[in-house]
Amino acid sequence: MLSDRSPLSLRAAAIGGLLFLHLPILLIFLYAFTTEERSFQFPPPGLTTEWFGVAWNDRPDIWPPLWLSLKVAAIATSIALILGTLVAAAMTRTAFFGRDQISLLILLPIALPGVITGMALRSAFGIMDIPFSTWTIVLGHATFCIVIVYNNAVARLRRLSGGIMEASADLGANAFQTFRHVLLPNMGSALLAGGMLAFALSFDEVIVTIFTAGSGTDAKTLPIWMLDELIRPRQRPVTNVVAILVFAATFFPILAAYYLTRGGSETAGMGK
Amino acid sequence: MTAPAILPARGLADRLTGLFWRHPRVLLALLLTPPLLWLGVVYLGSLAALLLQSFYAIDEFSGVVKEEFTLKTYGELLRPSNFDILVRTVIMAACVTLACAALAFPIAYYAARYARGHWKAAFYLGVMLPLWSSYLVKVYAWKLILAKEGIIGWAAERTHTSWIIDGLLSIPGLEGSSLSTSPLGTFAVFCYIWLPYMILPMQAALERVPTSMLEASADLGATRAQAFRTVVLPLALPGVIAGSIFTFSLTLGDYIIPQIIGNSANFIGMAVYQLQGTAGNIPLAAAFAVVPILIMLVYLALARRMGAFDAL
Repeated sequence: MLSDRSPLSLRAAAIGGLLFLHLPILLIFLYAFTTEERSFQFPPPGLTTEWFGVAWNDRPDIWPPLWLSLKVAAIATSIALILGTLVAAAMTRTAFFGRDQISLLILLPIALPGVITGMALRSAFGIMDIPFSTWTIVLGHATFCIVIVYNNAVARLRRLSGGIMEASADLGANAFQTFRHVLLPNMGSALLAGGMLAFALSFDEVIVTIFTAGSGTDAKTLPIWMLDELIRPRQRPVTNVVAILVFAATFFPILAAYYLTRGGSETAGMGK
Repeated sequence: MTAPAILPARGLADRLTGLFWRHPRVLLALLLTPPLLWLGVVYLGSLAALLLQSFYAIDEFSGVVKEEFTLKTYGELLRPSNFDILVRTVIMAACVTLACAALAFPIAYYAARYARGHWKAAFYLGVMLPLWSSYLVKVYAWKLILAKEGIIGWAAERTHTSWIIDGLLSIPGLEGSSLSTSPLGTFAVFCYIWLPYMILPMQAALERVPTSMLEASADLGATRAQAFRTVVLPLALPGVIAGSIFTFSLTLGDYIIPQIIGNSANFIGMAVYQLQGTAGNIPLAAAFAVVPILIMLVYLALARRMGAFDAL
């Protein structure tokens, strides 16, 4: 029998690695309270909560990007939920010609580096003379969100027994009633998890967005606003306050998605 | 005469259900058409546009894109200044991949082999949360860390080890006034951001190494180190390669990290971004974007041969 006790050095390296993954993010929180706004001096010379008030009251430039990001993420997630569920339903039911190619096609938008997806969309808009707008941003986001919903939905459908659909048909339900009363309740939590992950992904996306947003000031999503602040900083702690907001907007959906799909082979998040 | 044992169709929904039952392909086609139209038109169409643009060239005098087929733009990639960018990016991607593999292994191995119950969940979430949390926030955190007046500088001063950092920053090729303006900083941030992408497939591969094989190797007299080298490592290799696909590909395409942290030496992603923006040279930007696709195609073909796809 092999020992179930791990060597101390391995345990230390593993826990050290996890700390390495998490500690940097804590600094974001610390620096939101610093009194020093011109440099990243450590340790902070003093602590204050004034920056939360400043971000709320004195920085009107934060709000339009925030609304735009929420809007884009909501629309992109809705499109992805519909399209992702449709593909998942088609892929679990039957084997058909071209199945592997389709699964590759769904995966491609997140398998290739974002700069390629972005540049490809940019080239297409250029050739077809499509002006940049909120919808060009949505177009890009929905494309890579489909796979997130698909991954969650397909895992759940695979676990679902085909018997319940046949039982439903035997009891006289038509395809639409079966979908509404049998399939949807069973897939609900998986779709919710996929939707939340897609929302988090879209809300935070910057690499593709820059290529599809154009340079207008009304086309600035929250991540693009943050990027501007990183390159040309002013009131650095305010950037930290917004960073905390963005962090929370991605942290809670992934946590919720994890608990919604826990215990299956499908645990959320493997898809990114 | 008795009625047939089939319920009469009660409207369009029932009749459609009958149709789906008799011809499953109709349902399949209905399900697949919207998503395939979207992905086919939006995504594949865009990729085709990218390829098309890369075969155009920009007129040197007017700065207008000439829509004629030419290989001139690809020729420009071979100019020393542009070729340097390609080489620099590939070297960075290779270094980041190796470093990620080394950093990820203890975490993946511990999580797969020893962590149980709550610890297992903690490890899973501990890797998943950084993977999903905001990319820009993570990059920003490292700007705070690597700044000259930041936490690393402070810690080095307190422990009287500033000379190590100064020494590293004076190595030719890695110069910078602080870690946040040195290629070393770029490298560190790349490693940090892509590390979870390496851990997950590695852990998945390690979970599949049967304990009985380790027991057998112990029975046959192998030491821990021998068992690790001859049993665990070869079986985990597909997972490592699967992870390396992500770290390599993501480093090849990234243009935010080298823009914010480092000495602003150009990388492929940055070249694409700048050429399509201020320079307005979309054909050359497109040609630059095709390079990572080609590199990844070769990489994927090699990975497939090593069995990495079974580990995904």
